[in-house]
Amino acid sequence: MVKAIEAAGLPVVHMCTVTPISMTVGANRIVPTIAIPHPLGNPALDKDEEYALRKELVEKALVALTTEVEDQTIFDK
Amino acid sequence: MSKIKVVHYINQFFANIGGEEKADYPAELRVGEVVGPGMALAQKFGDEAEIIATIVCGDSYFNENLDKAKADILAMVKEQAPDIFIAGPAFNAGRYGVACGTIADAVQQELGIPAVTGMYVENPGADMFKNKVYMVSTKNSAAGMRDAVGKLAPLALKIAKGEPIGASCQEGYMPNGIRVNFFEKERGSKRAVKMLIKKLAGKPFETEYPMPTFDRVAPNPAVKDLSKATIALCTSGGIVPKGNPDHIESSNASHYGEYDITGVNDLTEETYETAHGGYDPVYANEDSDRVLPVDVLREMEANGVIGKLHNKFYTTVGNGTAVASAKAFADEYAQKLIADGVDAVIMTST
Amino acid sequence: MRLEVGHIFIKDIQFGAESKIEDGVLYVSEEAVKEIVLEDEKIKSVKFDIARPGESVRITPVKDVIEPRVKVEGRGGIFPGVIAKVDTVGSGKTYALKGMAVVTAGKIVGFQEGIIDMTGPGAEYTPFSKLNNLVVVCEPVEGIKPHDYEKAVRLAGFRVAVYLGELARELTPDESKVYETYGVLEGKEKFPNLPRVAYVQMLQSQGLLHDTYVYGVDAKKTLSTIMSPTEVMDGAIVSGNCVSACDKNPTYVHLNNPVVHDLFEEHGKTLNFVCQILTNENVYLADKMRSSDWTAKMCRFLDLDAVIVSQEGFGNPDTDLIMNTKKIEAEGVKTVIITDEYAGRDGKSQSLADADPAADAVVTGGNANQVIVLPKLDKVIGTLDYVNTIAGGNEHSLREDGTIEVEIQAITGATNETGFNYLSAR
Repeated sequence: MVKAIEAAGLPVVHMCTVTPISMTVGANRIVPTIAIPHPLGNPALDKDEEYALRKELVEKALVALTTEVEDQTIFDK
Repeated sequence: MSKIKVVHYINQFFANIGGEEKADYPAELRVGEVVGPGMALAQKFGDEAEIIATIVCGDSYFNENLDKAKADILAMVKEQAPDIFIAGPAFNAGRYGVACGTIADAVQQELGIPAVTGMYVENPGADMFKNKVYMVSTKNSAAGMRDAVGKLAPLALKIAKGEPIGASCQEGYMPNGIRVNFFEKERGSKRAVKMLIKKLAGKPFETEYPMPTFDRVAPNPAVKDLSKATIALCTSGGIVPKGNPDHIESSNASHYGEYDITGVNDLTEETYETAHGGYDPVYANEDSDRVLPVDVLREMEANGVIGKLHNKFYTTVGNGTAVASAKAFADEYAQKLIADGVDAVIMTST
Repeated sequence: MRLEVGHIFIKDIQFGAESKIEDGVLYVSEEAVKEIVLEDEKIKSVKFDIARPGESVRITPVKDVIEPRVKVEGRGGIFPGVIAKVDTVGSGKTYALKGMAVVTAGKIVGFQEGIIDMTGPGAEYTPFSKLNNLVVVCEPVEGIKPHDYEKAVRLAGFRVAVYLGELARELTPDESKVYETYGVLEGKEKFPNLPRVAYVQMLQSQGLLHDTYVYGVDAKKTLSTIMSPTEVMDGAIVSGNCVSACDKNPTYVHLNNPVVHDLFEEHGKTLNFVCQILTNENVYLADKMRSSDWTAKMCRFLDLDAVIVSQEGFGNPDTDLIMNTKKIEAEGVKTVIITDEYAGRDGKSQSLADADPAADAVVTGGNANQVIVLPKLDKVIGTLDYVNTIAGGNEHSLREDGTIEVEIQAITGATNETGFNYLSAR
């Protein structure tokens, strides 16, 4: 789906846990997330900590969307 | 019961007209004639089918006069109105293989008549057409005629009768990108052990599933000004309004959902859930923001970090969903996103 | 380790006043097994039923399928760390009741459960249609959490299987087979010229209805490790997963692991079956990296020449599969992998979510998306309520005339990835 959206002309970032699949299949902007059942969450944290974690991940995604890339890039730090 | 009507296409060599020097022989229709390998086919057909006409064409003529040759031959086939069209077998003859593949494909596409052909796996026509036309795998020379006809005739009959076609290794055609199930004689573990013993001994073996290669799409330019941009959220994690009103399936989804989040600042246990059956749903059901981060993006919208969070999100279940389906969903909703003035997309997956 | 497994053929199951095995017939006292199940107060009520091969019976939703066994000689008991106390199993003598199984059924959560048809086209796709099945249908108490209830039903199934296995203790088996593997040095001395081969078994370990237990330990909490292949014959590995039904390993498959059996057939002849290696399929990328690194490390450490790798599940575990394959091949150890496919109902989509050219020797259990129409059968054990939400089903699956149109994904064991079945694809 990510490639279809890219092919339609929209910049797209894939937030996912199993980044190797995203790489193999060919997404261009990738943000690694926490875990499969809760990519943008962590039930072990309290509500505020979890929200802060989610915000941090979304911020990375926005960085990815505003960064020019030529090749597949994983936005990690 | 009437016999199945077959039109057979062969080249100048197999029609006994001549070799290379006659490769410029123009397309010729011979009504009521069975020529060359057609005899072997006819014998294999028995009472079930008959070759009502044979079309002969020189390999050079075909490849150098593509449009005219195709048009002429299609007209001939249309007039004969067969139940099935058979081209070849071409073995390792390159131009012949390309001609067989080209004309068989054209007959299927433009006349809607089923077609089948056969050639050696390394024939250039093979890679070009094996995914478009059923193509029997033959030996690399006419010495393999009996073997070729032995596969070509039964397959042609099956196709003509509209019977279900089995797996490539059962019916003798080249794998064509469509996976077909069938029951083997030995169980999988036994086949694995046998394959291992061959691989250890450096002997040739055949994998039951060749690894695919993936095409690439060039990345789009980055968003210039986030504070003015409309960002849309999409997910394969199956987040849906509570109750899954559109019944998106827990696996191999047949459709996607489009849901309005105007005025929604946060996804809660009472209002949203996941339909995805491939992961432990407990966490996503408690708080769907863990898969679709609406809460964070609303805050960012309020603070001016992003211009707008698009008022719709698109969701489907990625669990065992066929790639072709997912691609079709995204092709469709990507157009909607563009029409709605979205500038960029965040896709989340589980 | 040396284990002798005796087979006692069961040709029928009947309810009777007293539980016993006589002339190949298993008689079950309903009262006795009911008491065993209801030992756990999380289970409100239980019903028993018998489904025989060829009967017009559909069992759904299916949770686990278990073969009753009993440890007759040697250390430990069946299902160590789960029912029997923790102790190393896999040696001595064990008896198995062949031709039958205990099947646990009943609702756990709304999603993936399984279907076993004892006759008709559906029966061809599940190995369990060939067995005499004692079905245990449980009802949960009100307000119980899904994780707790799943565990209760899981353990109830094992308790019943152990109780039934015990009935065979004093019997004489109809046939016996001996399985023996050796330590590293001993094996090298015994088979100096045979290639060293191991079985890498990937275990599903992703949460509710997706878990596997090794000596009672949740596989998601384990590091990759080695085991003697006879240990599974005593229930060292048990299933806590049935999600999607087609390619998850019920406990029956663990007890009768076909890769273990088929490698033993060649052991000492064309290869030296060194050991079994267990590795999990977790939901964190770091865990996937760690487990596959560890597995490849062990393959090299054990100086293996080749391995067979079996997967469990699909989707994100395809990455574990490809990671294991790539890394093991990179160590100079040859691989053959067993998987299944999700190529779409038309068979045209790519079958695996991940890929690599190193995976050049693949055995497949078939395309799980193939659609089948199951006829209406005379009797349903369990309930049809969940058919539409089963993985492989959709809102139109259960038709008005009682037939079910569903993917074989919903049939228990249909595309098993340990190579248990005969289904394949090309």
